[in-house]
Amino acid sequence: MTYLQRWKSKLWLIGVAVGVICLVVGAYNGQLEDIYRKAIAICLECIGIG
Amino acid sequence: MKGHKKLGIDKLRLGVQTIYTILTNGYLYGYLNGKIYQGKLKYACVPGLNCYSCPGAVGSCPLGALQAALNERNITVPFAVLGFFFIFGSILGRFVCGWLCPFGWVQDLLHKIPLFRKRKKLPYHHILKYLKYVVLVGFVLIGSSFLFTGFAKIPAFCKFLCPSGTLFGAIPLLSTNNALQSQIGGLFFWKLGVLLVILLVSIKVYRPFCQYLCPLGAIYGWFNRFSLVQVQWQQEKCTSCMACKRACPMDLEPEEISVSEECIRCGKCVDACPQDCLHLGNHKADKCEV
Repeated sequence: MTYLQRWKSKLWLIGVAVGVICLVVGAYNGQLEDIYRKAIAICLECIGIG
Repeated sequence: MKGHKKLGIDKLRLGVQTIYTILTNGYLYGYLNGKIYQGKLKYACVPGLNCYSCPGAVGSCPLGALQAALNERNITVPFAVLGFFFIFGSILGRFVCGWLCPFGWVQDLLHKIPLFRKRKKLPYHHILKYLKYVVLVGFVLIGSSFLFTGFAKIPAFCKFLCPSGTLFGAIPLLSTNNALQSQIGGLFFWKLGVLLVILLVSIKVYRPFCQYLCPLGAIYGWFNRFSLVQVQWQQEKCTSCMACKRACPMDLEPEEISVSEECIRCGKCVDACPQDCLHLGNHKADKCEV
């Protein structure tokens, strides 16, 4: 297995790490609250009357 | 994924899709009373296209959440939604489309109806397959940020295109909620028309929405090259019989399967391979020769 193949096979881990960091930063900035607030109200655009 | 060949990967996939759709849309009280779930699970996005205005939905739609973040008055980077995309995408890639998306499941079921001669793709597929990127940029990113209706910020994809919102959100909600019924207008009928066209075409063509329009598929397709879940192809065992290509609903060659943005990891190629040289499982570069 070449160095490049080995590196590529671990790329998903870097992606997950980036995702976790983004999620933590987002949560710190209150973005999870924003998602929740939007999701618990009926989205009129989504159902075609807004 | 050992043992899947005995069960038949297509039946296994159908079971997973059904159970997942029921679990993520299992808030029965909502269907009965025309209301939506408001519990804490909605802090998290689900991986697939699943309208959060579906009365049964227990999680948030990632595309809806992305557009809502882009609709905010102050322009901010939507870190939280990007986080969900990176986590789901890096682990699963378009496995989400093949195994976990409720709207993909609906299209799969419709394609099983024994009507019309089945087709894998539409004419001009090589051009039309890029339409989903146009939808992603035009409707989800730009549309939600500052275009349409006099520069007002609106979730353009949800408002004008999303068939999942009409099928899982509008139809069950409007059938039980009288207050919402009185507000039905032209936009609803436009969205109903979009849904009906997609559902009808799905009977003949395999997953037309996923292949040509879904911006979520466009996002997860980008992760396909390096996601943990891969279709591994052992080139040294391959006899180039092309049984996998004939079985592949996306019409991919064996060397394309693992790296293509179009592969939804359905596993039909794995079932079809007589040499057992295709495997659906985790990323192991020592076995994968692509």
